[in-house]
Order: sequence, then C-alpha cells, then structure tokens
Amino acid sequence: MEENEKEKTDLFESIWKFLASVKLAIAVLIILALSSIIGTIVEQKAEPARNIALLAKFFGDTAAPTVYNIFAKLGFMDMYGSWWFTTFLAVFSINLIVCSIDRLPKTWRVVKSPQKPLSDSAIKSMPLRKELTFKTALSEARDAFIKALGSLRYTAQEAPEQDTVRLYTQKGKYARLAVYVVHLSIILIFIGAIIGTRFGFRGYLNLPEGRASTVAFKSPTEPIELGFTVKCNWYNTLYYEGGDTPREFQSELVILDSNGKEVMKKVIEVNDPLTYQGITFFQSSYGMMSEAQGYFVLDITPSGGSEKRVWLRYGDSFDIPGTAIRGKIHDFSPALTRDRKTGRLTTYSDKMVNPAVAIEFSQQGKDPYIGWILNRYPETGFLPGGHKVSFADYWGVEYTGLQVSKDPGVWLIYLASIIMAVGLYVCFFISHRKIWINISSDRKSVRVSMGGSTNRNRINFERELDRIASEATKAIEGRSKK
Amino acid sequence: MNSSVFFDISAGAYIAAMIIYIIYLVVRNRNVGIAASGITIFGFVSQTTALIIRWVNSYHFWVSSNPDSGFVESILRGAPLRNLYESLIFFVWSLILFHLFVEFKYKNRSIGAFVTPLAALALLFIDVSGSTKEIQPLIPALQSNWLLFHVLLSFLGYAAFGVSFGAAAAYIVMVTESRKELPYIFWSITIGIFLVVLVAMGIDFLSISTAQRAEFIQNHFLKTTLRNPSPAVAGVSWIAAVILIFLFWKFGLGLRKVLSGMNMTPAILDEITYKSIAVGFPLFTIGGLIMGAIWANSAWGKYWTWDPKETWSLITWFVYALYLHARFVSGWRGKRVAILSVVGFVAVIFTYLGVNLVLSGLHAYGSG
Ligand code: HEM
Repeated sequence: MEENEKEKTDLFESIWKFLASVKLAIAVLIILALSSIIGTIVEQKAEPARNIALLAKFFGDTAAPTVYNIFAKLGFMDMYGSWWFTTFLAVFSINLIVCSIDRLPKTWRVVKSPQKPLSDSAIKSMPLRKELTFKTALSEARDAFIKALGSLRYTAQEAPEQDTVRLYTQKGKYARLAVYVVHLSIILIFIGAIIGTRFGFRGYLNLPEGRASTVAFKSPTEPIELGFTVKCNWYNTLYYEGGDTPREFQSELVILDSNGKEVMKKVIEVNDPLTYQGITFFQSSYGMMSEAQGYFVLDITPSGGSEKRVWLRYGDSFDIPGTAIRGKIHDFSPALTRDRKTGRLTTYSDKMVNPAVAIEFSQQGKDPYIGWILNRYPETGFLPGGHKVSFADYWGVEYTGLQVSKDPGVWLIYLASIIMAVGLYVCFFISHRKIWINISSDRKSVRVSMGGSTNRNRINFERELDRIASEATKAIEGRSKK
Repeated sequence: MNSSVFFDISAGAYIAAMIIYIIYLVVRNRNVGIAASGITIFGFVSQTTALIIRWVNSYHFWVSSNPDSGFVESILRGAPLRNLYESLIFFVWSLILFHLFVEFKYKNRSIGAFVTPLAALALLFIDVSGSTKEIQPLIPALQSNWLLFHVLLSFLGYAAFGVSFGAAAAYIVMVTESRKELPYIFWSITIGIFLVVLVAMGIDFLSISTAQRAEFIQNHFLKTTLRNPSPAVAGVSWIAAVILIFLFWKFGLGLRKVLSGMNMTPAILDEITYKSIAVGFPLFTIGGLIMGAIWANSAWGKYWTWDPKETWSLITWFVYALYLHARFVSGWRGKRVAILSVVGFVAVIFTYLGVNLVLSGLHAYGSG
C-alpha cells in the first residue's frame, strides 16, 4: 500500500517535472514553428481544386489527388483548427502554466528574502568588484558612499560594527517577476481567443441603401439574430482627385431598437467601425444592385438664391426656382469618361466610380440642350446665367458590404497585450542589481571594497558601480582639500 | 524639393561603405575603418534628410486631398511607410541606425562588414523589385495609426534582429575549427544564398528595363537567372549558385583570422547578439504582433486570421522566443544559439519578402 502511494507520487512528480520542463517548451516551440509553415503553403479553407493544383507542382498530376486526400485527413486544409495543432497549443499552455507554478515560489522567495551584509571575502569573490583606499575618516567615507548611492536611487542599508561599516542595497528586485507577467499574458491571450470563438461570431451583411436588417449571416443559409435593427442610410465612395484611387469607403448606419427608435447613428469608414451591444459593423465592401431604380439627388441653386435639394426618378423633371428653366433626368452613367481615341463619352465600369447624370435643360423659346453633370466634378454643374445644379448622389442602387462580428474576448486580448508589453519592457530593461560596500578604517586610511551582482545588463551595471565609486571619491577628496 | 537625390547618395554611400568595411577587415588599417564609418554616417545623414523631405512631401500630398484632416493626423498619414519601397528604405535606415549605435557603444567596426551588405541587399532589392517610388495616395485600409506604429516598430525590431544576425554570423565564423562543423556549414550556406540572391538581383537589375520594373515583383524576381524560362539559362544559374555557395563554404573560414586579428572576441559578439535580440524582441512583439493584430481588428473585425503573413511573423516570434529560452533557461551557449539567431533572421526575411514573393507566387501560378 505504502509502496503504491510512493510510486504514485513518484509518477505524479515525474509527470509534473516533464510538464514543467523548459526542454518540453523548446520541443513544442520547434514543433509549432515547423508545423505552422505547412498552413502557410497549403491554402487554408480553400476549394480542393486550388490545393490539388498546388500539390501537382510538387508531386505531379497523378499523385496530387491522393496526396491531397492524405493531407486533408491530417487536417492540413484547415490546419490551425485541426485537433493536433490545437493539442500542441494546449500542451504549450499547460507547459507554461505548470512551469510558472513550479518556479514562481522560488523566485518569490528570492525576491522576498532580505539582503544581508557580506564579509570582505565574500565580496572579493563577486564577479564585479572594486577596491579603493582613502585618507579620511570612516564616517566621511560612509556619508560619501551613502550619498553616491542615493544619487543613483539606491537606498543604502547599514550594518555598523567596530571600525567597519557595511552598506548594502538593491534595486529592481521585482523585475524578476516580469517573466511571469509575460507568461501570464500569453495564457490570457489564449483565454481571450477561446472566449471569442465560443461566445462570439463572425458574419457579414450586404445592406442596400435605405434598407434595414435584424440579422447578419454566418453563411448564406445561417442567419444570426442581432437583437436590434441596423439600417444603412447611404453608402459612398470618395476618390482621390484626378484618378480612381479610392480615398474612403463610407456608410451611414443607424441602429434602431425593438421599438423602432433610433439609438445610434454613425458614418463608418474602413478602420472606424460602429459598435452596438458588443456587435461591431466594419466597412468591408460595396457594390451595385442590378436592376435597382434609385433616386437622383440634386442640389439646385439659382443665381443669387438658396440651395434646394430634390429627389427625382428617371424621367422626372424639376424647375430652377425663379426661372423658366426646366430640367429633366435624361440619362445616367456610373462611370463616365471621354474615350481618348474617339472623343465620345462612354461608361468604363459598372461600379459607381465616376457617376454622372445627363439632364436635358429646356426653356421656352430656346433649343433644349443636354448636359452631363458629374458627381465628382461639381464645376460641371455651373449653368449659364449663374445657376448651379450639383449631382449629390444616385441613391438607392448601391449596397454596403459589412463585416459583422461579435468578440467578447477581445478586451481580454487587448488587456493581455498591454500586460505583455509592460512585462517585456521590465523583463529586458530593468535588472535586479545588488551592491555591497564594506568600509573599514585602519589607523590612517579607510579601505573600501565594493561588490555587485546583477541578473542582466552587466555592462551598464559596471558603469553604475564606476559612477558610485567616482562620485564618492570626488566627495571625499573635495572635502579633504578644504 | 525632391528626395530621390538624397536617397541615391545614401544608397551609393552604403554600398561604398560595405566595400570599405570589407577592405577594412582585410587590411585592418585604422584610417580605412574611420573612412568606412565616416561614409556610413554621411549616407545616414543623407538618408535622414531624404526621409524628412519625403515625409514633408507626402504630408502636403495628404493635406491636398484631405483638407479637413487635422495637423497631427496629417503628419501621421504622411509618414513615409506606405508601400514596399518606403518600408524597405526605412528598414535600411533603422538598420544603419542600430549599426552605428553598436559601433560606437562597443567601439568596434568590424560588424559593419556584416551589416552593410544587408543594407546593400535591401537597396538593390528596392531597385529590382520595381516597387513604385512615387508618393502614392493612401488607400482606406492603410489609413490607420495602428498600422503606422505597427510598421514603424516592426522595422525597428527587424533592424535589431539584422544586427543580431550580423553578430551571430561573425560569432559562428570565429568559433569554428573545421569546415565540417554543422553550424559552419549552415552558416556558410545561408550567407552563400544571400550572396547568390544579391548577385542574381544585380543581374536582374542590369538586364531589366525600367518599363518592366514598373510591373509586379513576382513577375521578374530572379527571372533573368534562377527562374529563367529557358532551362539552359536556369540550369547554368543554379550550377553557378551552387559553386558560389561552395566557394563561400570553402573560403569562409578565412574571415576568422581577419576577425580575430581585431579586438573582436566571441564573448562580445555573443553579447551583441543577445542585446540586439533583447531590444528586437519587445519591439517586434509589441509592434509586429500586437499592433498588427489591433490594426487587423479595427480594419476587418478579426485580430488574428492565420494568414501566411501573420503566421510567419508568429513563426519568427517562436524562433526568437526559442533563442531566449534556450540561452537563458536551458543554458545553451555558443554555436547552437548563434544558429537560432541566424534562423530567426531568415524567418524575418521570409516574413517580409518570402510570403509575398514565394507563397503568393505559388498560389498565383496554381490558379493559372
Ligand atoms: C512564446 C511564448 C513565450 C514567450 C514569449 C516567453 C517569454 C519569456 C521571456 C521574455 C523570458 C525572459 C528571458 C530572458 O531572461 O531573457 C522568459 C523566461 C522563461 N520562460 Fe518563457 N516565454 C514563452 C514560453 C515559455 C514556455 C512554454 C515555458 C515553459 C516551460 C517558458 C518558461 C520560461 C522560464 C522557466 C523562464 C525563466 C524564468 C526565470 O528567469 O526565472 N516560457 N520567457
């Protein structure tokens, strides 16, 4: 019975040792790094044909389908979600947790154990040390060194004895805990990612101008209830001047609660989404709805008068107030340009890249004429007589493509990122430094031996010791000159 | 004012500095060393000027099309880090910055011979890749402060890794006794491959017209030699490449005498390798991974999608984490950790260039 218990604890101990070992960490890191490469070569979650074509390059056309099947069985086609990759990630985090639990108490003891004064011989065996002698009194040397330590923000502790003062001090002992903070942040990231996949979703929604929806879609057959209504007021692409490089994709979204009351309104852009009740809408694409009939939105300003907005259908007419001029919507082009060779006006894209409306202007007693007014070039709307017609929008024919996602774990990811950043900074740039200075007086002189140890950045620490020595020396010699 | 003159001056200066640093390694004359540093500093000043001019120009460019954007925002949007060309230029700038820092701090010039070739490689690559040098309008996905800091910090991190690579390479040479040692073989082949790519890009550069250069990189990267459509030319290039790598392996050890003739010890090189990684790792973690993830989340609603670029930066991160643990916790010393540092930098290069060139190339061909 006893034996059994002992064996059990032995077994437990060796498993624990194994899970806590850095050897395991190194092995798992190598495995994760190497296996991750596969997923960057084989296209993930792609149609089989694409990867078979890829594999054919390495294995030949005949072998490719077989190789594909083997790879698919191994989970290479959706690798980062495969059972074995997930297992390695799990082993990695268990390793990290066990290792930290295993070591933290020891480190904690090191941090918490008080620093003790050392004998001269102990200081002599330190990796960094210095010997100095001064012709001065013990107390002066002591004061000078305490002051020099203080100027580098070390608070000296003191163990006075007969004819000897032992000073000792340390800085940055808590920096030893920083690696645990870094490791903890990695675990928090894992937890955040798990929360995100468990309780969040990622979908999309194509929302035409003027329409509303209460659902988003994970896939065309998988709608998800939002719990509120989202409506797209308008979608718009802005362009850089003189070209067709898009400058901004924008949609105005409105959130309506279950009573139909407007609770939020925002113009979203790429990199500037809207979030409501934990669900975020990202501007992700746009497009034209085929066969939709929209409204031509015109801003009409008669010479000297004020601007008026009208919404018109194809073929509708309008008056310029205070004049006898009548306009009629005659034609529309989503992307108007003048052909370089023929000089004719043509449409060069079916997207609304350069929308233009043709308006037939007529006035009693004059010949009617047709003018193109371009949305992106307002100067095309300056009419003879100082009137102005600008083409604000062809509304109701575009849809905005929204990425819809809910990730309740993301705040944890961000928090963990901050923790990791701070942890890494402390870990690499703050070191635990200990200094011992023994000052003892002979009849005429004072002998000082300094020693120090640090867990990193030895060169900087050496400089620090040099500075303490030289500052104290200056103080002592300055005083004895007086 | 146009920045390209200053860029050209700095490119010339760095390439000259590379040659002089190498001469310095051989002749070990102090004045030659001073000349090498001087020319590097001159190139650096000139490149800094060029960067500032370019920044001012693209600031005005941004303001002209976004008049309602605030002052700080316009400065950020004008940062010259918006395409391959600008980011490589910035990489070279930060590499040289780190190099000068190390050179002054450790009072040792010889690493220059290992770092300046990286700068030259990057500069040549810029020219061959034909990535556009025009100031381009910023497309919406790139209008993000996170992206800006992401690029900025990752490149500073890459530069620190570059210095660690140079130091680790020098370290491996110094401690090698025989050419049959694995670390040496690995190292010489890696450097050999760098060299082959450098030469091959040089040939690309000489044979490709400017008009062709304006095309996509993958269309003609190494197309004149190793990836030449003619099997004969490609075959000869491959043989030449293998010979070159062999020669490097054969004579690489000669560098050792050179290095040990200077006040360069393996311990210093090891320390420089570690220090650079200690600087690079936090920069890369915060800038490369964290800010990249935040940007992705704000632009696409997902902080991590396992796309090849992200995955490769994670692989790079794993390799350097491996280095830190192997060296600090498991007590690996010497060649083994130096190799990890070399592998880490190969991963860096693959993350930045390989993903675009090799992987996307694979898939582009796959889809016809
Ligand atoms: C990729 C994930 C990891 C990162 C980013 C990371 C980060 C770090 C860093 C920055 C250090 C300090 C290194 C130095 O002193 O220069 C460290 C130390 C350490 N890490 Fe990790 N680590 C990771 C994974 C792991 C894993 C899986 C283990 C599991 C065994 C582990 C065990 C340790 C140990 C034992 C130390 C030394 C702690 C000490 O000095 O008391 N690490 N880690």
